[in-house]
Amino acid sequence: MKKNESYEELVKGIWRDNPVFVQVLGMCPMLAVTNSAVNAIAMGMATLFVLVGSSFLVSTFRNVIPKQVRISCFIIIIATFVTIADYTLLALVPKVHKELGAFIPLIVANCLILGRQEAFASRYPTRLAVMDALGMAGGFLLALFSLGAVREILGDGALFGVRLFSENFEPWIVMILPPGGFLTLGVILLFFNWFRYKKDEFLADVAEAERGGS
Amino acid sequence: MIADARKPPAAPSSLRLVMTLAIAGLVSGVAIIGIYETTLPTITANKARELREAVFKVLPGVTRMQALVYRDGRIMAVPEPQKDEPVVYGGYDEQGDFVGYAMPGAGPGFQDTIALLYGYLPGDKQVVGMEILESRETPGLGDKIYKDAAFVAEFSALSVEPEIVAVKKGTGSQANQVDAITGATISSKAVVRIINETHAAWIEQLPAPGTEPPLADATGNAGTGQ
Repeated sequence: MKKNESYEELVKGIWRDNPVFVQVLGMCPMLAVTNSAVNAIAMGMATLFVLVGSSFLVSTFRNVIPKQVRISCFIIIIATFVTIADYTLLALVPKVHKELGAFIPLIVANCLILGRQEAFASRYPTRLAVMDALGMAGGFLLALFSLGAVREILGDGALFGVRLFSENFEPWIVMILPPGGFLTLGVILLFFNWFRYKKDEFLADVAEAERGGS
Repeated sequence: MIADARKPPAAPSSLRLVMTLAIAGLVSGVAIIGIYETTLPTITANKARELREAVFKVLPGVTRMQALVYRDGRIMAVPEPQKDEPVVYGGYDEQGDFVGYAMPGAGPGFQDTIALLYGYLPGDKQVVGMEILESRETPGLGDKIYKDAAFVAEFSALSVEPEIVAVKKGTGSQANQVDAITGATISSKAVVRIINETHAAWIEQLPAPGTEPPLADATGNAGTGQ
């Protein structure tokens, strides 16, 4: 049973409660750095590191931190992990760091991270909190990557810098500019909501058929 | 989901609140110092390597370099330029003979500061290479100032006298003219302006051709780019 519980926490962030497509959180990095697949993945990985690290610490110390100063403590913990991620990226992949620029320090302000600390990590045992963080960050990474991949393919005719089309392909430059981010996100959200609506409808039909059958 | 099942505990003392934050801040500070100290050597080495590669790229045939600054009325070689001191890089060939200067310049572009490095041969009064070090120009348009090989090649044999001029694409015929990129006129002109301004700022300070400072460290401590 316990195994199922943590598995449930892991997968809910990836699909059912996806932070971007369902909760619509973390829009700022989502729109800003998804102009190529590599940037999207680097941003997603940095967020994953910060979210998992913070959730682990917040959950471990959840009975030590007084309620009155919990938000300040969460922010201190998050900011520390963000700084670590910032310097590590600068040392290991300076080119990616340059592209992401100010958006790495801004992970501190990503409401997805503080939201998970307040809503989940500060209330549940460490194991579940880490699973939840992994799931949410995984969902965020997935969302960033799908947006980044679509925008890079259409806007640059490439994926991970590898050309996909012949020379005749005229890139839609607008897709790697800010409007392309809004456009792609809008289309993906449309699809997601349509899918959820259809699924709910289907489940309702099934339930009704079962009632009628019995 | 917001509701908390736990019973509200008695309000903790102010001291406890202050201590919690103080300890959290202290641990965080130590962690940040730790990661800074750990990554600093790699970050410095990366920056130095990038600069060296850029210098060798804008000055063909150069395998050694040294930093040059203007002090006491003349150009001299220094191992470590002071912070915020204007600096150019002297490029030297395998025998240690002076080839040309690599001059860093910066100025406003279309969106943010463009920082670049260009190679200058004082004997020929020619720019022989240009490399954009930093820019946040529009992807797909302005970023052609470094992605468009044809534009970058415009700077491979460019006369700086009387000054470099950006002209409409396809109309450049003089030795001091650069074909601007269609759709990125402002970015192209910014690059040209930065080079002109940097050149004007240094030209009076550079020594007469042939009297450049020799390579200070004959073993070439700046490395060979390997």
